[in-house]
Amino acid sequence: MLRLILSRLVGGVGVIIAVATFSFLLLHAAPGGPFDAERALAPQVQRNIEARYHLDDSLVTQYADYMGGLAHGDFGYSLKRPMSVGEIITTHFPYSLTIGLMALLVAVGLGVGMGVIAAWRRNTGVDYALMSMALLGISIPSIVLGPILVGIFAFGLGWLPPARIEGPASYVLPAMCLGLIYLGTIARLARGSMLEVLGQDFVRTARAKGLTERAVVWKHALRLGVVPVVTYLGPATATLISGSFVIEKLFGVPGLGGFFVEAIVNRDYPVLSGVLVFYVAFLVMLNIVVDVVHGLLDPRIRSGR
Amino acid sequence: MSAPTATATAASRSLAGDAWRRLRKNRMAVICGGVSVFVILACMFGPMIAGWFGVDATSIDPELGVTPPSAAHWLGTDTLGRDMLVRILVGGRIALGVAATATAIALVIGVSWGAIAAYVGGRVDYVMMRIVDVLYGFPTLVFVIVVMSVFALKSIFWLFALIGSISWLTMARLVRGQVMSLRHREFVEAARALGAKPSRILFRHIVPNTLGVVVVYATLSLPSVMLYEAVLSYLGVGVQAPLASWGTLVTEGSSQIIAYPWLLYGPGVAMGLTIFALNFFGDGLRDALDPQTRKD
Repeated sequence: MLRLILSRLVGGVGVIIAVATFSFLLLHAAPGGPFDAERALAPQVQRNIEARYHLDDSLVTQYADYMGGLAHGDFGYSLKRPMSVGEIITTHFPYSLTIGLMALLVAVGLGVGMGVIAAWRRNTGVDYALMSMALLGISIPSIVLGPILVGIFAFGLGWLPPARIEGPASYVLPAMCLGLIYLGTIARLARGSMLEVLGQDFVRTARAKGLTERAVVWKHALRLGVVPVVTYLGPATATLISGSFVIEKLFGVPGLGGFFVEAIVNRDYPVLSGVLVFYVAFLVMLNIVVDVVHGLLDPRIRSGR
Repeated sequence: MSAPTATATAASRSLAGDAWRRLRKNRMAVICGGVSVFVILACMFGPMIAGWFGVDATSIDPELGVTPPSAAHWLGTDTLGRDMLVRILVGGRIALGVAATATAIALVIGVSWGAIAAYVGGRVDYVMMRIVDVLYGFPTLVFVIVVMSVFALKSIFWLFALIGSISWLTMARLVRGQVMSLRHREFVEAARALGAKPSRILFRHIVPNTLGVVVVYATLSLPSVMLYEAVLSYLGVGVQAPLASWGTLVTEGSSQIIAYPWLLYGPGVAMGLTIFALNFFGDGLRDALDPQTRKD
């Protein structure tokens, strides 16, 4: 187990360095700079600005500075706002994190529940209804669903605020919308793996020793049946990030995703690369956690590959 | 190909015939296949037919302005008085075109990647599949967004290429699994005994036998690519004006949901319906070709 975690950590650091290098080179290869203006600046002013941001150093020096800064947790300063990239992340990431966690909770809770019931009652009307709902959930894009939900719950019924974050109720619609993207996939995964698990010997043993059907399904089978869902959570969180761009724009949430999109428009290089590296580091950590949980759920994995 | 019974008498069943029989029994999948074909044909020929009635996607009628659905304009008109039905059909050409092209690109990369990894095996296989694993846990769409905007790529061809370049991972895994199970079969040994080069064995003898899986997965990846296009267009880095896709039409409509809801419902339903139909049909196709994956 410890060996597994260590090897994943080393691999993860490699990935982060690769991404940092990639984003550094990409943003330097980009045409057009952040200080391109309609009117050409006086040469002296141009030089001063470049010296201020060390843009006149050699590429190697800039790269060394950049990587050294990252190693100290210093992501540099935004070119457009009077904030450091670190401040932007600490102020705005909590919004994204809250919505993302709530969305995952909705998706996993409901999705696994739907999948287990569908597998339990396989090839009945309940199964078909649940799986059609799951497929429908996968098929409706959030940019269609979001405005419709706002129309119903905010403007029609007046239960929830339509946009912006003002109090806990504001989180409901964005989290629901983001969670629904994954609900269907998780439900289908859970159904498939539960069908497989329910046919295995240990389930027959559990039934044979006289456990109630409920205990067999929800206690014994579910523990193994949920493994593919846990595996899926790694890639799901990766797509959750791009999903959050859309949802945060849709609902006017002041999260990190919205900032990232703004940085793209403004060519705010330090914010772009800083947030990108932060996202990847976050995902790498999360994937290690997923691996560990995986090992706890399924003893066969614990010994390593 | 490698059907177990070579004797094609009337009584024996070919693999394809068997699959076709199973697919036809799944009535919902057949309906969804029909809907998909209908949508594709409508997008191809619909605008032409509308042209005979003097309506096209660019004919502006500022006098008329935005109107709800009516007998003259079945899905209403937008703020410039353009007929929404025709705009949706024309937008569908772009949406479906992006989906088809990007899927084709993903197919080429994924099939080659998976086939080479499995056939060469050993350390090469390990490294190639680790790369796939790492990319799986990656926000690949974020990279597309960054690259599209940093290099100010406005051309739709970049959209094809970049979406295609991130959509091949699952394909590579599936093809690898298939090739693994095929590479020691007799017909491969026979080809090798005849002195065929590895590249010929791989791409002429093995890869054609994986096409069943490839076709099924291609059907299933069309809808997810359509969703990518919608997300990119919504964020303003996808399809650019004057072109319009379902993604851009939905984006336009979503800002006017209260005043003019039909501007969202038309393209939204078109997109949702097409994606649902393709997903359901792809599922049916997979169940028909490989009943074991259903596990029940």
